[in-house]
Amino acid sequence: MSRTYLPSLVHELEIKSVRYRKTILSMIKHANSGHTGGSLSCIDILNVLYNYVLNVDPQNPGDPKRDRYIHSKGHSVEALYVVLADRGFLPYDELYTFERYKSRLIGHPTRKVPGIEQNTGALGHGLSVAVGMALAAKKSSHQYRVFTLLGDGELTEGSVWEACMSAAHYQLDNLVVIVDRNGLQITGPTEEVMRLEPLEEKFKAFGFAVRSVDGNSIPDLIGVFDQVPFEMGKPSLILANTVKGKGVSFMENNASWHHRVPDDQEFLQAMQELDWLENQLVENGTK
Amino acid sequence: MKTLEMGRPNQDVVAETLLSLARRDPEILVVTGDSRGSAKMTNFGRELPAQLVEVGIAEQNLVGIAAGLASTGKKVFAFSPACFLTARALEQIKNDVAYSDHPVRLIGISAGVSYGALGSTHHSLHDLAALQAIHNIDIVVPADNLEAEQAILAAADYNRPLYLRFGKRPVYHLHHPKTAFEIGKALPIREGSDVTFIAIGEAVAPAVLASFLLEERGISCGVVSFHTLRPFDVQTLLEFALSSRAIISVEEHSIYGGLGSTVASVLMEAGIFRPFKRVGFPDDYTVTGNQAEIFNHYGITPEGLVKTAVDLLESSPHSMYSISKRVGKPLDSESLAN
Repeated sequence: MSRTYLPSLVHELEIKSVRYRKTILSMIKHANSGHTGGSLSCIDILNVLYNYVLNVDPQNPGDPKRDRYIHSKGHSVEALYVVLADRGFLPYDELYTFERYKSRLIGHPTRKVPGIEQNTGALGHGLSVAVGMALAAKKSSHQYRVFTLLGDGELTEGSVWEACMSAAHYQLDNLVVIVDRNGLQITGPTEEVMRLEPLEEKFKAFGFAVRSVDGNSIPDLIGVFDQVPFEMGKPSLILANTVKGKGVSFMENNASWHHRVPDDQEFLQAMQELDWLENQLVENGTK
Repeated sequence: MKTLEMGRPNQDVVAETLLSLARRDPEILVVTGDSRGSAKMTNFGRELPAQLVEVGIAEQNLVGIAAGLASTGKKVFAFSPACFLTARALEQIKNDVAYSDHPVRLIGISAGVSYGALGSTHHSLHDLAALQAIHNIDIVVPADNLEAEQAILAAADYNRPLYLRFGKRPVYHLHHPKTAFEIGKALPIREGSDVTFIAIGEAVAPAVLASFLLEERGISCGVVSFHTLRPFDVQTLLEFALSSRAIISVEEHSIYGGLGSTVASVLMEAGIFRPFKRVGFPDDYTVTGNQAEIFNHYGITPEGLVKTAVDLLESSPHSMYSISKRVGKPLDSESLAN
């Protein structure tokens, strides 16, 4: 993957990712609830999408020509709220109302929040809706693109594969599906719960053009998004290999952090680790 | 004896109405799941192929795609047999359409027991109950060709999630051709002071025919087509309930959670107590037969409804009806004083 583009952009987004991680943990700690591991695994993807890829405007979130993003893995909405707040879709301070009584920041994505396209949370729904949006663009000759992020645990839902068939059938090269392949779901490793592999071959067989990337690498993600659509006439699938709990040593690759809130000591340690990482990045940038 | 004139299957009327609308409005899209034949949408697909989206036998995907299309402003009519649409894809209806607030028009075809002897896999006797428990989806079940045509015309400009339910077989004309139809406003067909049928969909016609038979027996009988289950026309129900001595609900649906349950709840909460009977499908395996035979088995026929009405009126000694029987005799003012 090319690492030649816009080093300043890569650096800026890498710092953003660390800061997003800190905000996610603060939000979860404050709410005393949240999908910790999955939010940390997908935050780099959302970072690159909302700060580099998507044509969306917080001043005009309903623009008919906007790109669409559907957070099909509806848990880990914390990551989405944080990025949307950073982009100005909602006030930053509102993040601390997450899951509070009467808050619009529900524990799964809701269209009550500007910038969110679809209410998700039940798994296996987002891709069909994304197919509908992409098909509408084709029918109206609109140039917008549709992106959706699926969790790997979500792939055992049969409806995902119904949607895959239709995406290929209608040759939706304006559709980009990203799989957050962190390898873990709430019970344990995906391959122990229900074998998914060989995933690349499965998606290819269903008619997708597939690329695998390091889903926690900002330059790799920028590079792969620059290449979509991978093939004209085919939907694109990005198999984003990620680490659940990425960025906090004791949360990484540990399924128990799927929906666990750090205690005070753990929170402190996590923030210290991320502070250190942030300082490293900032210092490297000033060299 | 009075009778009714037979019309066409509502699904034929739906298909024609929609085709004529779609010719003028390219934003109208029809989504089908290998059901365009039974939905009578074959001509539509032939004439306007760019406005028909086929998804194959995949109801969940059908509803999800419909929601995505509708989110962009397309006027989407998603067709699937009611039995599959509202069971297999119930979660998509709940989340992708209703909760996400996309104005998809979900069209349940061959509804109720239209499929007859094909059995319970193909019957939808649960759909109204399931959808009534879900917020933000309106429910309309047209009874005749006029209601069917008008419902489709109204649906084209309807800005909320909507479920429309249609049957396969030809239906009787029930209304004057100039009758004004509005979603959410029940259509009275007859007024009567002894008993009133509150009916929905293809169960309205047997109620009207029953009313003719009851009139011959000197029993004054009203009939109202409650084509819209939600938003429910409380006012019309209360008006008819107050002017009638007994109420019977009639529906091609389980008696649990559909029209009958709703009527009972509204009347109870309004403090209106009348001899009352729900006619529909009991908690039981549905008998084998064609739609007419099944209707006959459960008393959804003119004769069956006459019997239900007479039994209800006669078996309610404390009812308004039995009091009214004594109205003909002069009241003894002294006994009243006592």
